[in-house]
Amino acid sequence: MAEFSVDPYADLYARRTSEMSASEVRALFAVAARPDVISLAGGMPFVQAIPPDHVLEILGAVLADRSDVALQYGAGQGPPALRERLAMLMAEEGTLADPEDMVVTAGAQQGLDLIGKVLVDPGDVVVVEAPAYVGALSAFSAYEPRFLQVDLDQDGMVVEQLEDALLRGVRPKFVYTVPNFHNPAGVTMSGPRREQLVALCREAHVPIVEDNPYGLLRFEGDVEPTLRSLDPTNVIYLGTVSKVFSPGVRVGWTVAEPGVLQRLILAKEASDLCGSNLTMLLTERYLTGATWRTTLARLVSLYASRRDAMLAALEEHFPQDASWNRPAGGFYVWIGLPDYLDAAAMLAAAVERRVAYVPGTAFYPDGRGIDRMRLAFCHPTEDRIAEGVKRLGELLADEEELYRSLSP
Amino acid sequence: MSQVRVAVLAGGRSPEREVSLRSGHRVMTALVSRGLDAFVVDPADVPLVETLSAAMVSACYVALHGKEGEDGTVQRLLELLDLPYTGTRPLACQTSFDKVLAKETMGAAGVPTPPWAVIEATALRDLGAGALLHRLLDRVGLPAVVKPSRAGSAMGLTFVEREADLPHAVMNALSFAEAAIVERKVEGVEIAASMVGTSDDLLPLVEVVPKSGVFDYAARYTPGATEYHAPARLESEVADSCNTVAAHTFRAFQLRDVSRADLLVDAQGQPWVVDVNVSPGMTDTSLLPMAARAAGVGLAELCERILGFALARRT
Repeated sequence: MAEFSVDPYADLYARRTSEMSASEVRALFAVAARPDVISLAGGMPFVQAIPPDHVLEILGAVLADRSDVALQYGAGQGPPALRERLAMLMAEEGTLADPEDMVVTAGAQQGLDLIGKVLVDPGDVVVVEAPAYVGALSAFSAYEPRFLQVDLDQDGMVVEQLEDALLRGVRPKFVYTVPNFHNPAGVTMSGPRREQLVALCREAHVPIVEDNPYGLLRFEGDVEPTLRSLDPTNVIYLGTVSKVFSPGVRVGWTVAEPGVLQRLILAKEASDLCGSNLTMLLTERYLTGATWRTTLARLVSLYASRRDAMLAALEEHFPQDASWNRPAGGFYVWIGLPDYLDAAAMLAAAVERRVAYVPGTAFYPDGRGIDRMRLAFCHPTEDRIAEGVKRLGELLADEEELYRSLSP
Repeated sequence: MSQVRVAVLAGGRSPEREVSLRSGHRVMTALVSRGLDAFVVDPADVPLVETLSAAMVSACYVALHGKEGEDGTVQRLLELLDLPYTGTRPLACQTSFDKVLAKETMGAAGVPTPPWAVIEATALRDLGAGALLHRLLDRVGLPAVVKPSRAGSAMGLTFVEREADLPHAVMNALSFAEAAIVERKVEGVEIAASMVGTSDDLLPLVEVVPKSGVFDYAARYTPGATEYHAPARLESEVADSCNTVAAHTFRAFQLRDVSRADLLVDAQGQPWVVDVNVSPGMTDTSLLPMAARAAGVGLAELCERILGFALARRT
């Protein structure tokens, strides 16, 4: 016997799978998912706040009234009545959208994949933020782009950097941004920056892909206009019900101009024919009536208290030379560590102390982010958040001491 | 004879939890296919002592990896419970799993292992050992590999080409354990030597060729990321000396039933032992099942044979 192939497909995989591999960090998350570990890692919505009786009642009604539709295939674009409700969600943030310009997707995540499929050829430049939502990086990566990362500051994407790149002759296929309560950075793009970005991209004929999963989870401050509302023609918009209702129903949507939309719908049909009518009808009914609003209001105030608990704990337990921001909404606080600390390397020790986070390197395709970590305050209770941050603070103090002892 | 009931211990709280669950599931399915009543017990999910006492098992198959499962902790517990189990006894587990003890054991027994030095977190924190960091490299030389004293699957392992990279590598290793081993990096062919039974019962050597050049976590657990050759493509004298060194290692550590030693063969054909595993992986991409297959032994037969050693110890 000569060569022993564990994987008979080893020589057959497409080039685009080259980034898909097992990782140590992923293995550590398997331990971090244990209930004795306080996870500040995953951005899981607190679905316990969604009243199960209410959902059961709607589900029963959907099956009683419309089982012929609910259990059947549907149109690739998604049911019109649902699209109307989703347009209503956009109107909550002052964005007008025609349900006809919308395709319903399996979460906004499928929208990201479809956008990659429809717009990206291998080698194309895609502009993302630094740091960027890791799920978008994975979705686009399959289409083999070159990523250009543009830094974020407290006002969101540093548009001047993008302008410089355009002046240097970079021709991106699109600019991807999460303007509200960024994942992982927690920051929100300021009004002037929004105007600036939209104007620059319009002039340069570079479309913007606006991903807005957290927009309705605002704790304080005024609503900023969506980029889509500033320039409907040049902005492709992604929304989701994952944070206002449930990620379990897998309902998101993309709004785009007709040419793009048509291709997105065809790509969606090629991928899965259509979404689940059962969960789409459930979502439509959930978003009809008043209960969703009171439930969402309760969720937002709960997330706000959890953010406050996290910020207070950080103040109390984190070292002087760590830094973080105060997100006005969403799920995440983004931590900067002293540059000699490696958050990925520390994760094993953190899990040993029964606390988990996401190391910053996940959010940069170019290897940056070693001294960063993302903490999510959405899922654990305030007590657990305080305890988790305390454990992390102790770990950081020990690591700093260790570092000093290594560089006497 | 009553039906044999086997608890396959897998999972646990170590960073290798996921790998262990896959190993355990494979072993369980294999044993069930041979008509045995086997089920997985995850000590992180259920209280182990209580579960095993209530389950009336005939024996345990230890498929735990990493801390607790490989360092003798679970084995001591099973001895107290009077339950026969697969694999090595507690003290020998401890000396194999802890790389500081393993290195000392190899040194004392004359097993060829690359030069090494140890640095402990407490020595750094409390005793000013940081000032001696350069001495580690004087002992070991460059390039070096830094690894945690207690961890598996190449977790926490860093290659160091320049002295300036040493502090970061040591911190990385110390995230997994209280001590870090700094070892001379041997350039050469990666070989896995496996035993099933005693140190005289060796399986064919497996040659490991990671496509990235480094047999790290991703190369180990992404199917297709590494090429394997079984038997290894070595000159017969080199293969013989690998087998001699492996058998010597298994004897020196008093290993039992099933074990794997990881070797590096340098350009001169000299094998160096870099690691000893008392609970080798049994996943689809694992080395020991591959070695068995090269000897014509399928996974089901392999697991049954290993379990047989434990059952034979029933009193």
